Amino acid sequence: MSQRHTRMLLNGNHAAAYGAKLARPKVIPVYPITPQTPILEKITEFQAQGAIDANIMTMESEHSAMAACITASLTGVRVFTATASQGLMLMHGMLHYASGAQAPIVMVNVNRTIGSPWGFWPDQTDSLSQRDTGWIQYYCENGQESLDTVIQAYWVAEKVLLPVMVMHEAFYVSHAVEVVKVPDQEIVDQYLPPFDPPHRLDPEIGESWGNVVNQEMFYRHRKMLGQSMDKALDAAQQADAMWQQYTGRGYGVIEEYLCEDAQLIIITMGSMVGTAREAVTQMREAGIPVGLLKVKLFRPFPVDILRRVLTGVPKVMVLDRNFAPGTGGFLHQELRSALYGLDRGPEIYGYLAGVGGTNVPPTKIASLAQNVLDEECSVSSVWKG
Amino acid sequence: MFSFFSLEGVIIMPYEFAEEKIFCSGHHACPGCNAALAIRYIVNTLGKNTIAVVPPSCIAIISGPQPLSSMRIPVYQTTLEASAASAAGIKRALVTQGKDHINVVAMAGDGGTYDIGFQSLSSAAERNEDIIYICLDNEGYMNTGAQKSSSTPYLAYTTSTPAGKPTAKKNVAEIMAAHRIPYMATATTGYLDDLVRKIQKAKEIKGLRFIVVLIPCLDGWGVADHEGAKISRLAVQTGLFPLYEVENGTKYTLNYGPQGVPIESYLSRQKRYRHITKDQINEIQENLDADWEILKKKF
Repeated sequence: MSQRHTRMLLNGNHAAAYGAKLARPKVIPVYPITPQTPILEKITEFQAQGAIDANIMTMESEHSAMAACITASLTGVRVFTATASQGLMLMHGMLHYASGAQAPIVMVNVNRTIGSPWGFWPDQTDSLSQRDTGWIQYYCENGQESLDTVIQAYWVAEKVLLPVMVMHEAFYVSHAVEVVKVPDQEIVDQYLPPFDPPHRLDPEIGESWGNVVNQEMFYRHRKMLGQSMDKALDAAQQADAMWQQYTGRGYGVIEEYLCEDAQLIIITMGSMVGTAREAVTQMREAGIPVGLLKVKLFRPFPVDILRRVLTGVPKVMVLDRNFAPGTGGFLHQELRSALYGLDRGPEIYGYLAGVGGTNVPPTKIASLAQNVLDEECSVSSVWKG
Repeated sequence: MFSFFSLEGVIIMPYEFAEEKIFCSGHHACPGCNAALAIRYIVNTLGKNTIAVVPPSCIAIISGPQPLSSMRIPVYQTTLEASAASAAGIKRALVTQGKDHINVVAMAGDGGTYDIGFQSLSSAAERNEDIIYICLDNEGYMNTGAQKSSSTPYLAYTTSTPAGKPTAKKNVAEIMAAHRIPYMATATTGYLDDLVRKIQKAKEIKGLRFIVVLIPCLDGWGVADHEGAKISRLAVQTGLFPLYEVENGTKYTLNYGPQGVPIESYLSRQKRYRHITKDQINEIQENLDADWEILKKKF
C-alpha cells in the first residue's frame, strides 16, 4: 500500500521546489534573486543528490533564463524556473515571447516589491503588472498550496499550451515553515501525463517558429492566443478537481468562505487570504455578517463566476497588496471591470492595504470591514495602510 | 592554398564544395548580399541535422517570412538579446531527449553579438554550451538602415554617426578567445573555402564554437553590387581583418594575414569612408599596423 504522501516541515519556497521536482522537468534554467533563491538552491540540491533528472542551466540573467526556458520547451521538454521582482521585470519581453510561442512553461514568482527604491517586501505589483503578457496566473496563500498549484499548473499549461506563473509572497509564504504533505511520486506520475507537444523544434519535423508574419496572420495568432486563455478557466477547474481526487486537496479558481447571507464580502489574494480568513471567522463569531472570497486564479480572471457569486451582495471590500499609480489596486480595478453593469451588483470598496509589505493583522482587516459598513464608497482605491 | 582569379571581371572559384542543399534560392536578401552567401555555405555545410536560432537582423529577413523559409531546417527566431541563451536551451533539451547529434547554430548580426546579445553570449561561453555561434558581422545595424554598432570601425559613416564614428571597433574575436572556448575563428566571404573548412572543423568540436564572419554590406558600406567579395578580400589583404583560429584560448593559427596592400585601396571603395582625409587614412593605417604587431606575436 502506497504511503500516498510524506509530511515534511518546509518553507513555501522549498514546498514549491518539491512541486517542481515531482513534475519531472527536464531543463531548468535559473538565476538567483531574493527571496526566490531557496527554490533554486533546493532544485540544485535535488540534482546533486541525484533526486532529479534535469539539466540545470545556471544563467547570467533572468532574461536569458526565460529565453532558454522558451526554446527548451519548444524543443519538446518540460521546463521549470523561478524568479521574483526585478527578475520578472527583466523577463518582461520574454514573457510575451513565451506566450506568443505557446510554450507551456511553469514558473514560480515570489512576489516582492519592485524598485526603486530597493526593497525585499511582500507586494504583488511585480506579477500583477505582467497580467497582460499572456501567462496564466495563480496566487497561493501557503506552501502546501504552492506545491499543489505548481503540479496543477503543468497540467493546465500543457492542456491549453500557455505558460503559467504561480505566485506566493516574499517571506510570509516563501520563508515561513509549515507542515506540508508532499505527495508520492507515483501519484504525480499518474496525474501528470508525459509532455508530448504537437509541435516541436526537430529537424525530423522541420517546423520553425517566430519569423515574420503578415497582419492577417498576426491578427489570427492573437485571436488564437485569446482562445487558449479562455480555455484555461475550464482546464484550471478540471485540473483542480482531479487533484482533489488524487490527494484530497482542492482549491477552486476562487474560494468562498462564510459568504452565505454576507452583507459584506472581503476579496483578496495570496497570503492576505489567510489573515482575512482569521478576521472573518472572528467577525462572524461576533455576529457581523461578513464573508471572504479568495481569488486564486487571476489570469484568466474568472469573470462569470464572480458575477454569479457576487449578485445580490450589498458590498465588497477588495484588499490590494499592490499598487499601480493611475490605476490603484489591480484586483480592485479588475473586479470593477468584471462586475460592470451587473444587475444587483455590490458596491465595491477598494482598499490599498499592505502595499510595500506593511503589516496587516486580522484586527486591521476587521477595522477596515467596519469602515466599509460605515463609509461612502469611493470609485478609486483608497490608501488604508 | 586556393586563390581567386579574375578573368575580365568574371570570378572563378577553383574549388567545389560538397554542399547539402539546405539554403534555397528565392530568399529575401538584397542582390549581391554577402550575408546570404555566407549563410548558404554555413547551413549547407552544417547539413540537415541542424536547428538554427536567429535574432532580429538581416538574417531573419533572409530566412524568410512565415510560412515560407529559405532553409530546410527548423529556424527559431528569438529576441535580439537572447540568441546564445535560446540556442543553449534547445541544445540542453535535445541532450535530455538523447538527440545530442543535432547541431544547434545561432546566426546573429554584430548588433546582436557585440552589443545587446553580448551578455548572453559571454555567459554561454563561460558555461561552454554545446552550440555554434556565428556572428555575421557587417559592422552596423544594417537591417534598420545602417546605424552604428560597437563593431562599426573608427571614422566610418553610419546614420547615427554622420560625422564618422569617433571610437574604435570592438575586438570581439580576442574577447571570445579570452573566454577560452574550444574554438574561435575569423572568416569572411572572400575566402569561402576557408569559411567552409572552419564550419566543418567547428562541427566536429564539442562546446561553444564562435566564428565571426566579416560581411561587407553593399548598401550600408556603399559598395558596388559586384564588389562584396572583393572588399572582403581587401579587408584580409590589407591586414585589417586577419583570418585566424584560436583553440582553447591559447593555440593560435594564422590562415591569411596582411599581404602588403595599403588600407586606402579598401577604404576608397566604400562610400562610408568618403568624408575622411588623407591624414585620417594614415591614422587608420598606423592603427592597423599596430594591431597586427600585437596579434602576430600570438601565432
